[in-house]
Amino acid sequence: MPVRLYLNNVGKSFTMHLQGGAVIPVVGNVEFSVNAGECVVLGGPSGAGKSSILKMIYGNYRCDEGQILVTTGAGEAGGEIVNIAGAEPRRILQLRQDTIGYVSQFLRTIPRVSAEDVVAEPLVAQGANEAEGREKARELLSRLNVPERLWTLPPATFSGGEQQRVNIARGFIAHYPILLLDEPTASLDAANRAVVVRLVEEKKAEGVAMVGILHDQDVRNEIADRIIDVTSFHAEDAA
Amino acid sequence: MTSRDRNEPLLQVRNVTRYYGERIGCSNVSFDLWPGEVLAIVGESGSGKTTLLNCLSTRLAPTTGAIEYRMRDGAMRNLYQLGEAERRLLMRTDWGFVHQNAADGLRMNVSAGANVGERLMAVGERHYGNIRTSANDWLGRVEIAGDRIDDDPRSFSGGMRQRLQIARNLVTHPRLVFMDEPTGGLDVSVQARLLDLLRRLVADLGLSVVIVTHDLAVARLLSHRLMVMRQGDVIETGLTDQVLDDPREPYTQLLVSSILQV
Amino acid sequence: MSIAVETDDELPVEGDYNFAYLDEQTKRMIRRAILKGIAIPGYQVPFAAREMPMPYGWGTGGVQVTAAILGKDDCLKMIDQGSDDTTNAVSLRSFFEKTAGIRTTYETSEATVIQTRHRIPEKPLTEDQVLVFQVPIPEPLRFLEPRETETRKMHALEDYGLMHVKLYEDIARNGHIATTYAYPVKVNDRYVMDPSPTPKFDNPKIDRMAALQLYGAGREKRIYAVPPYTEVKSLDFEDYPFEIQKFDKPCGLCGAENVYLDEVILDDRGGRMFVCSDSDHCEERRADGHLGPMAADPAAADIAGPTGKETAR
Repeated sequence: MPVRLYLNNVGKSFTMHLQGGAVIPVVGNVEFSVNAGECVVLGGPSGAGKSSILKMIYGNYRCDEGQILVTTGAGEAGGEIVNIAGAEPRRILQLRQDTIGYVSQFLRTIPRVSAEDVVAEPLVAQGANEAEGREKARELLSRLNVPERLWTLPPATFSGGEQQRVNIARGFIAHYPILLLDEPTASLDAANRAVVVRLVEEKKAEGVAMVGILHDQDVRNEIADRIIDVTSFHAEDAA
Repeated sequence: MTSRDRNEPLLQVRNVTRYYGERIGCSNVSFDLWPGEVLAIVGESGSGKTTLLNCLSTRLAPTTGAIEYRMRDGAMRNLYQLGEAERRLLMRTDWGFVHQNAADGLRMNVSAGANVGERLMAVGERHYGNIRTSANDWLGRVEIAGDRIDDDPRSFSGGMRQRLQIARNLVTHPRLVFMDEPTGGLDVSVQARLLDLLRRLVADLGLSVVIVTHDLAVARLLSHRLMVMRQGDVIETGLTDQVLDDPREPYTQLLVSSILQV
Repeated sequence: MSIAVETDDELPVEGDYNFAYLDEQTKRMIRRAILKGIAIPGYQVPFAAREMPMPYGWGTGGVQVTAAILGKDDCLKMIDQGSDDTTNAVSLRSFFEKTAGIRTTYETSEATVIQTRHRIPEKPLTEDQVLVFQVPIPEPLRFLEPRETETRKMHALEDYGLMHVKLYEDIARNGHIATTYAYPVKVNDRYVMDPSPTPKFDNPKIDRMAALQLYGAGREKRIYAVPPYTEVKSLDFEDYPFEIQKFDKPCGLCGAENVYLDEVILDDRGGRMFVCSDSDHCEERRADGHLGPMAADPAAADIAGPTGKETAR
C-alpha cells in the first residue's frame, strides 16, 4: 500500500519565555511512515510527546525541525506531496478540509448548532449536500448510541460522554485519507468502545492511514497494526 | 466562486507603514488575504492594529507601502490610486465596515429598514417594495424581529444595534468586511450570540474578513489566521490555533497566558 | 431683462442709492455667480452675499439676484405665497420701486422679472421672463447630512442615495411620500436641487420651463439656476411615483380647477373656503366672467377685494 504520511527527522521543543527562556525539549529525530489502510499507534508514557506529534501532523503545533510529508487527495496514487512543516496557513486549512481528520476527546462546542449539524459539518465542507450530511450524521449518532431526542439540540448541555461521542461521530463522518485519533475511546463504555473499533476497521478497509494515541490496552490490541515507542525519539539527540 | 478566484489573493498588503509625526502607528506590514479567509489582528491598545485596519480600509493613508485589491472584474488595483468615486462605490458595495460603536456605523435618526436599505438606494435601487423586502430579509438574518423595521436604532439595545450594523453592511453582498472590535462593550451573553451569528454569516457568505480585536477568544472562534501586533510591528503570524496553542514570541506567550480561564 | 444698462451719464447723485441698491461691482460678482449657475444647472454656486437692508428670511438672496439682473426697462412682479399684496411682496416691491424706479405689476404676463417666495404663477411663463426664487435653505441634503464638506462631496460624486432614504422614511411612516414642499428634484439628470419651499404642486412647472429660473439664498450665500427648457425630475420610487396635491373642489371665487388653493377661514363658526393661491390668476379669471361656487357669498367679498385689474404703478 502507498505511503500516506512520512515524518522525517522531526524535532520539537518549547521555549518558555515567561520562565526565563527555559527550553523544554519534547521530541527529536522522529521518523516513521504510515501506509494507506494502516493504523499506527504511538506508545510511551505521558509526557513522552505523543500528543505533540499528533498536533504537529495536524499543523496545530509548529514543527521546528525536519519534514512532515503528506500525500493529498483520496485516489490510490494520491495527489501532490505537501510538507506540513513549511506549508502556508491556507494550505494547512485546505488539508484539514480534504486530507487530514482529527478525532479528539474534547468537543469545542458551537453555540446554537444542533448535534446532527455539528456532526455533518465536515462532510458538508467536503461538498456533500445538507440532507446527505444530516442522514449520515444520524446514522453515526445512532451507532454511537446518542439518544435520538438529543440530535436536534445543541450539544453544549450534553453530558461529557455524550459530547465525546458527538465529537467522535464528527471525526469519522467525512472521508480523510489520513485520520489522527487522539484518545477516542477514553472513558467510553464497552459497547461504545466496540463501535469505535468497528469504525476504525471500516476506515482501514477504505484505505485510510491512521495515527493514534490509545491508552486502552484492549482497543489498542484490536486496531493497531504497529506500535511505535515515542520514547525512542529522544529530544536530547537533536539538541 | 470559481477555483481561479480562490487561488488569487483578494487583498495584497506590502510594506505598509504609517507614521504619526515622529511616532510610528504601524510599521512595514505585509500580508495577503485570500477569498473566504478571516484574518484577526490582535494586540493590546496602542499596538497599531486599528491604525493598520484604517490604512487597509482607505480611511487613513499609509505613509509608505502599497495596498492592492482585486476588483470584481478581477483586476488588481492600488487602493490609494482609486478615484474618490470609485473608492466610495467600493466601500458601499464590495466592502463593509463594522464599527465597535454601532452609532458610528448607523444613521441613528432613521429607521432600521432605511439603515439596511441605504446601500441599495445608493447603488440605484428605486423600488420601495424591493428595498423593504431586502431590509426585512436581512433583519431576519440578523435576528431582529420584523416589527422593528420602522423603529429607530436609538430604541435598540447594544446587541441589536450591532446586528443591525452588520445587516446594513451585508445587504450588498460585499466580499470583504473590516471589523473593529465588533463585540467590544457588549455583555458576555450578547457577545456570544453576536459571535455565533458572525461566524455563521461569514461561513455562509464566504466573506473575507479582517477583524481587529484584543479578545483572543473572539479571534479563536472567528478567524483562520492570526497576526499579533506590538508597538506597531507584526511580531507573530500564522494559523490561529497554531499561534494560540503554540505561541512562539515572548509577547504572544504573555498574551495567551493572560487569558482568564472560566 | 437687460443687463448692465448703467451708463456714465446716469451715475446716481450724492445721497441717492445706486440703481437697484447694490453697487455695480457687487452686481457683477453676482452676475458671474448667476452665469456659472446657468452653465451648471442645479449646482449651488457660492457668492459673497451682502448685508441687505432687511432681515435674513425676508428674501435677501432673491433680492440680490433681482438687483443684479434688473434693467431700467424691466417690469417687476413680486409674489409672496402666490399673492402680490401680502407683506413680503409689498415691502420688496416698494424697495425696488424706490431704489430702481422701475415699473412693477401684479400681472404675470406683463412682468419681465418675477421674484417669488413659495409659488410659481399658474399662468405658463415665457422665454422673455425670469423667475427669481427666495431660498431659505439651498442644500437638499442638509437635514440628513449636517457636514458641508460631506454634502459638497456627495454632490460632486453624485452620491444621492441619502435623498431616497428620506423618501423611504416618508413612505415607511406615512404610507406615502409625505413631503409636500421643498420636494427634491434632479436637474438635467445630474444635480439634486431643493426647489425652495414651493409646494410640490409646482414641481411639474419647473420641468422644461420656458423662463429662466434663478434661485438666491442670502443667508447661506448660494445661487443656483435652471436654464430654460431644462429637464427637472422630482425624485420618487418606481412603486411610489411622484404625485402632486389634488384638490377636490374648484376655487371658491373663480371656479378654477387644477390650481393650487389656499384655505381661508371666513368666520369663527367654521365657515371657510378654498381660493386660488395665485391672486393674479384668480382676478384675471373673474374679470373674464368665471365665477366660483362661493363668489356670491357676502363673506367671500372681503377676501376677493375689488374685482378688476390692478397695476401697482
